[in-house]
This record gives sequence, structure tokens and C-alpha cells, in this order.
Amino acid sequence: MPEKRVVLANCGVIDPEDIASYIDRDGFKALKKALKLGAEQVVEEIKASGLRGRGGAGFPCGLKWDLARKAQGDEKYVICNADEGEVGTFKDRYILENDPFSLIEGIAIAGYAVGAGKAYIYLRAEYRFLLGLLEKAITQSKKKGFLKRLDIEVRLGAGAYVCGEESALMDSIEGKRGEVRYRPPFPPTSGLWGKPTIINNVETLMNIPRIIFKGAGWFGQMGTEKSKGTKVFSVSGDVARPGVYELVLGSSLKELVEDLAKAKKVQAVQVGGATGRIIPAGMLDAPLSFETILGAGAVTVFDKSRDMIDIVYRTMEFLAEESCGKCAPCREGTEAMAGILERFSKGEGLEKDITVLGEIADTMMLASMCGLGQAAPIPVMDSLQHFRGAYDKRIRQS
Amino acid sequence: MSKIGEGNPRSQEKKDLLVLLERAQSRSGYLSQDTIAGLAESLGLSVSEVYGVATFYSFLSVKPQGRNVIRICKSLPCYLKDAQTIIDGVRKAIGIKPGETTADGKFSFELTNCIGACDKAPAMMVNDDVHGDLTPEKISKILQVYK
Repeated sequence: MPEKRVVLANCGVIDPEDIASYIDRDGFKALKKALKLGAEQVVEEIKASGLRGRGGAGFPCGLKWDLARKAQGDEKYVICNADEGEVGTFKDRYILENDPFSLIEGIAIAGYAVGAGKAYIYLRAEYRFLLGLLEKAITQSKKKGFLKRLDIEVRLGAGAYVCGEESALMDSIEGKRGEVRYRPPFPPTSGLWGKPTIINNVETLMNIPRIIFKGAGWFGQMGTEKSKGTKVFSVSGDVARPGVYELVLGSSLKELVEDLAKAKKVQAVQVGGATGRIIPAGMLDAPLSFETILGAGAVTVFDKSRDMIDIVYRTMEFLAEESCGKCAPCREGTEAMAGILERFSKGEGLEKDITVLGEIADTMMLASMCGLGQAAPIPVMDSLQHFRGAYDKRIRQS
Repeated sequence: MSKIGEGNPRSQEKKDLLVLLERAQSRSGYLSQDTIAGLAESLGLSVSEVYGVATFYSFLSVKPQGRNVIRICKSLPCYLKDAQTIIDGVRKAIGIKPGETTADGKFSFELTNCIGACDKAPAMMVNDDVHGDLTPEKISKILQVYK
């Protein structure tokens, strides 16, 4: 399947500093249509589209909205998660740089659908250079009368990977350490300051105006049975053409990394960032979808010159550093795994380490409080499955 | 600064803590013990609560920092593109190691995790500016701009 620009339709086409160029391309027509449809029907349309969250977890967007819409509360909130901290991800940066207006329209529709009067865009500190552009786009939208029902405020993060996790993100907006919360309750019933809240990724919200404008039926024609629409991928690593690519869901990994990004002599590809799956070169035909591999769409390519154990070790070191520390399985497990992997990277692995890695992985996957700890062992286990020979060679001979 | 949240219930003030810390940081370059104690008092929080937030986030610093902060990305996509040569290049250009500040207070030097510029790896930030497609040769020219 070829590239298809749905989310990125306006990127490089409109002037991100001028709302008129967005309006010329049917901008804010979806919002107008949404107001005519009514909140309930908007939620039904999103449900019918099959849109799933683009931040990695893939939760059905319409269901989230429905829960928040029906939740009791005098105040409700919409949060746009622009804390794009996943290693190897930069698609949201590209979107924000090129088309802030579609995002604002998506947030406005979301706010109307769930009955929120206030929205936050939580922007990672590293993207502070985009703050001016975003605020300008909000001001222009307000002046044109598109934000009568909704106040949108940009909140800057301060450098914490875990704040991309929704409950930690809410704590951060509340001015606290960004630590993960126990769930339930879930945000649609009890989120920011205990009020009904929906948190959606930038890319998820970018899809909203498209779906409302063109209809759920149009959207549902793209993709696989359980993965509708397109996905925006960030491709980096050993490729000739790193960058942002949008493909219909279900397209193959091979198409993305070899045909589009021009990777050569691929050894393995990691899909989904630091906690993503490691796919060996022999499995590049795998389709990209929620049923198979996806995450937030970070795709990092490693060619045959790379030492996979070194790569997995560095990834685990990162996760150990970024673990918020609240729950023991993640806090201790990431450290312990990093320690073992460091030994292997130096050629000082022990036979029993392989078993220990598996035991730590089981505990972390079962008992960690959030996705960080639950998914942290994935690359280690994948590398053990596909590159076991590399580990065996690094077991200390004594 | 103390005006934020004035007249509001306490919970309204507490929520501004991170914003207030960010503001204090950009004003003074770091969060001194006095700043932290002052914020704690005005928001009705304990010093340890404020300190806990201040030290959780990597862009906040409780140590004095240089006028300009260099952050080189050490995450995998940059590592694959020889970020180490950039780290060595900056080290040579300003004469300090990561974690240090130059004697004249001009630069602090840090390593950081993914800054979302993997399509331009290796990359670094100087203050809010992102510099990508780096080579060791480009470094001194880039740093010249910062006073």
C-alpha cells in the first residue's frame, strides 16, 4: 500500500502561522458540522469509525469519549498529550510544526463532544520552541470565533519521559511529581483534579476533524479489521531517508523501512520505541497494525554492523533512568536487567543470567503499575528469542 | 510571582507549583534553596514537597547553571549516528565534561534523553534551540552565537 496523507494532509501545504490558509482548505468545517450533529452523534461517529488511540495503547477513542460524556461532573477536561518522549518518535513535532490548526479543531470537537470547557495541551519541555507557534494558532482560532466554548491552554512539561503516561501527565499538570496513579478509577470518570477527563495523543486528535468531515464510513474503508485509518511513523537509525511517513494501517514494515526510508542490510527493526518489539530482518513482511506491531509508530532500524546486545543494554539503561520509581517491579527490575545486560555487553554474562532475565521479565510484566514497567522487558525478551546466539557467545568462559 | 493564585483556595495555588518552578528557573537559571523555601511557604507546602517536584524533572535544576545549557541527545537514534563524536567535540570546544559548568558561567553541559529530533541525528539542544545533523566541525560555529 502506498503512502497516504490523511493526518498529514495539510503539512507542508498550509502556512502554520496563518489561519486563513487552513480555512481555505476546509478548515473548521468539521467543527461546524459537529455542532450541527450534536455531541451524542459526534461520539457515535467516532465510535463507528473504529479510531483507536495513536499514543501506543490503542484504546478505542469513541469509547473513551462516551465514558467521559456520560460521566457526572460540573467540570470536564480535554488533554492533548503532546509529551512526545518515546525514543525515536518525532511525528507529533512534525505535526505541530506544520499543522497546529487541525489539532486545535480536533480538540475543539473533543471538548464539545464530552462537554468540557477547558483543554490543556501538555507540551514536552524539549518542544518549547513550538510554544509560540501553538499559542499563535490558538489566538487566531479564538479571534475567528472557533473557540467560544473551550479555553485551550498550553502547559509545558519539564523533562520527564514518564509524563507521557496519562496518569503521570495529569499529576504533572496538577503541579506534582509526574508519578503514575493507581487505576481504577480511569480518567474518563476521574482524571484531572478528580474530574472526568479525556486524554488523547496529538495524532488521535488530528484524525477527528477528518472523520467528522468525511464520515466514519470513509475512515473505516482504510486499514484492517481492528486497525482503521492510517498511522504516522517516525523512522530513524540506519536508513538513508529518515523522517515522517504516513501509511494505511496494515502496510508492511518492509514497505516502510526499505521502500520509503531506503534501509539497506537490515539486521533488525525496533517498532514502538524503547519498550517496542524487536523484529529481525527475516520478519519484515509483518503488517503494521494494532493486532501485530505498532506502538506510537517509532521505527528504529539497525543494520548488520550493529551489536544487538549493546542496543538492548542501552535501551534498558534509559528505562531504568526514566522509571518514576513508584512501584518496585519497575524501579528494581529495570536496574537489575540493565546490570545483567551490561555484563553481557562486556562479554561477562553468566549462564544463569538468561533464566534470571526471564524471571525478572515475568514479574515486571505482571506486577508493574503502568505501561513503562510492563513493557520494559519486551525488547530484552525479543532479543533473547531472535539473537540468542549473540548472548551465548558473551557468556564468560571460566 | 506570589500573585499567582492569590485569593484562591490552597488547592488552586498548589497546582501552579510546576509553572512557578519553571518560571523561577528561567529567571535565575536554577532553583536556589531560598527560592524553594519561599515557594513552599507561599503555597502552604512543605519544603520537601517542593524539593521533590524540583528534582523530579530534568529541566529543573537545584544547582547553579550556566547562562546557556547544552543538552546532547544520548538516546539510541543519535547514538547510532555517532553522538559520541559530538559529545567529545563539545567537550573539546568548551573544556568541560557533561554535568559541569564552565568557570565563566557561560555554558552548562548535559546529556539528555531523546529530544525528538531523530530525523536530524545526531542532535543537541542549546537552551530552547534544536541543532541537528551535527558534525564535530559544526560545533564551534554553533556555540559562537551564545553569549
